[in-house]
Amino acid sequence: MENRNALISVKELAKVYKTGDFEVHALDNVTLDIDKGAFVAVMGPSGSGKSTFMNILGCLDSPTTGEYYLEGMNVLKLNKNELAELRNGKIGFIFQSFNILPRTSALENVELPLLYNSRVNARDRRQKAIEALSSVGLGDRIHNLPNQLSGGQQQRVAIARALVNNPLIIMADEPTGNLDTRSSYEIMNIFQALNDKGITILMVTHEPDIAQFAQTNIMFRDGQIVSNEKVQDRKMAQEELQKLPVIKRENILT
Amino acid sequence: MKIVNLIKIAYRSLSKNKFRVFLTMLGIIIGVASVITMLAIGEGSKQNIQTSISSLGTNSITVYAGSMNMGGVRMGAGSYSTLTEKDADIIRARCEYVNAVSPVVLKGSQIIAGSQNWHTIVYGGTSDYFAIRNLAIASGNIFSTSDQRNAAKVCVLGQTVATNLFGEGKDPVGSFVRINSIPFRVIGLLEKKGQNTFGQDQDDVIVAPFSTVQKRMLSTIYLNSILASAKSEADIENAKDQITELVRMQHKLAIKDEDDFTVRSQADIANVFGSISKVLTMLLASIASISLLVGGIGIMNIMFVSVTERTREIGIRMAVGAKGRDVLIQFMIEAIFISFIGGMIGILLGISVAGLIAKFGGWPVVITMFSILLSFIFSAAVGLFFGWYPAHKASNLNPIDALRYE
Ligand SMILES: Nc1ncnc2c1ncn2[C@@H]1O[C@H](COP(=O)(O)OP(=O)(O)OP(=O)(O)O)[C@@H](O)[C@H]1O
Ligand SMILES: [Mg+2]
Repeated sequence: MENRNALISVKELAKVYKTGDFEVHALDNVTLDIDKGAFVAVMGPSGSGKSTFMNILGCLDSPTTGEYYLEGMNVLKLNKNELAELRNGKIGFIFQSFNILPRTSALENVELPLLYNSRVNARDRRQKAIEALSSVGLGDRIHNLPNQLSGGQQQRVAIARALVNNPLIIMADEPTGNLDTRSSYEIMNIFQALNDKGITILMVTHEPDIAQFAQTNIMFRDGQIVSNEKVQDRKMAQEELQKLPVIKRENILT
Repeated sequence: MKIVNLIKIAYRSLSKNKFRVFLTMLGIIIGVASVITMLAIGEGSKQNIQTSISSLGTNSITVYAGSMNMGGVRMGAGSYSTLTEKDADIIRARCEYVNAVSPVVLKGSQIIAGSQNWHTIVYGGTSDYFAIRNLAIASGNIFSTSDQRNAAKVCVLGQTVATNLFGEGKDPVGSFVRINSIPFRVIGLLEKKGQNTFGQDQDDVIVAPFSTVQKRMLSTIYLNSILASAKSEADIENAKDQITELVRMQHKLAIKDEDDFTVRSQADIANVFGSISKVLTMLLASIASISLLVGGIGIMNIMFVSVTERTREIGIRMAVGAKGRDVLIQFMIEAIFISFIGGMIGILLGISVAGLIAKFGGWPVVITMFSILLSFIFSAAVGLFFGWYPAHKASNLNPIDALRYE
């Protein structure tokens, strides 16, 4: 096996999209190890393959060629049902566009992964969902419908949903892409707290500012990783939130 | 995966999309209800026509005055003065295929009994008239040959006439009624026959001796028609031919002359109405299939419209760990629920509408198991298929493709 400490290990991962006679190499032989407990921000220009990469790591999509090991397990050998179980139990995926079920309360949205997990009974399900929502600061909004929540709150519902099955790793594709600064920092605050508890976090972002909250930054260009560096003077969300003007906080948090 | 969880998931999904569920159900409800109603009307008229035709006496043959070519039948029996009692007599005497013959005359009359009065048709016939028309006596007697010979002022009442003149349930036998001011003694009461196919009340009649009506009321030598009864069904055609021969002879018609009368058997009429009712049933069945089709298209439409939304939903579900099978089962549960409940409501609605039509429209209806099963199975199949189809398609996609579906 490969790097024994690595939680995620990909080798020469490639994804080719064919549109007519034209081929797009969205991922071009990417090799990367991500250790357990890491907090990685993936950066790069539009179209450089970040989302493609994340979707494959999140088992939402499959590569054209290459290898992918998660906890030493050969993911690409798994069948559809085993992949579904992986997505259910080990991976929490967060989308830029939230992707929560419409007309469905925050609580029921967060319960969703547990409903597809036969090991959790009805009482635990509710309990865990409420805990997850409280941990993202939505303990008092559990019965709200998505259209009764702000964008930041909807994204926090999505985070609670990603958290609720106690995943090994959280993957987020531009989680703050649709949010203002304060909401973005609040999300980073949650991510840093989760990371402190040992959950590995992998996040795509366009904003260098947001990438500063991670431990390492990876740069993509034309489907390849061009740099992989530790973040100098890392920002802590707790402190950054304090620095924001106070008036704004009241406007948003009520 | 626990099925309880999938039921819960399906339940939540249904309760969150009530309007879509309602629209889909509506398609099924309309399809099922209209088919049941249409087929109930068709079947009802068919059975009604059959029973009322056979109640007229299946072997009976009628000779009308006037020929078809002269428009006689269209203008109503008896519009032509060509038949006389002699024609009836020669049929009775010479036709070997019939066992009963009665001349028929009729007159619309005002009937008075005490302070009550009623307008109806008085038929004049011989005692054979009752046998040929399948008229049974509920009380009293039919008139005798001597009543006929003497042109006795006696009559037999139908139930409707008796009820209107004497009151519900009273036996009028032995009482007197005045028919166009002439006093008649009531000697019998007919059994109830109900409405015929054309909605005519067959109990709204009075039957009196032929001679009485012809001489005392009409003062004519002509007849409206002659009724005869063939010995058996097999004799009907021969009887018709022979009657035609005899009447032509009696009327002294030359070979080139056309008939001045028309001979019709009950079977001819039954055939005409049999084919009318077949056409009617076909017509209703085709309207019903159009309703089913429209219902089916309604279901299809709403299902397809929701495919985009549902494909994204399926993508979300798969992203958080739903297996293809989980999604399929959820969608099947939803579709079964919608089809089943919609089908049930449709059946109840169809039965009620058919009932209302029977009650207020006076149409006979018969609901068959076949119509219930046909409409239910068709609608349920459409509902199930179009409920299942998007789920089947989406559950084969990569989650990311389902999420991106447009
Ligand atoms: N389904 C698809 N079919 C064809 N080409 C695709 C498809 N998805 C992505 N691509 C192409 O693959 C390349 C990488 O796309 P990807 O979405 O990974 O970029 P990205 O780095 O996430 O960009 P952005 O920052 O804008 O989100 C792009 O050139 C894109 O056009
Ligand atoms: Mg992207």
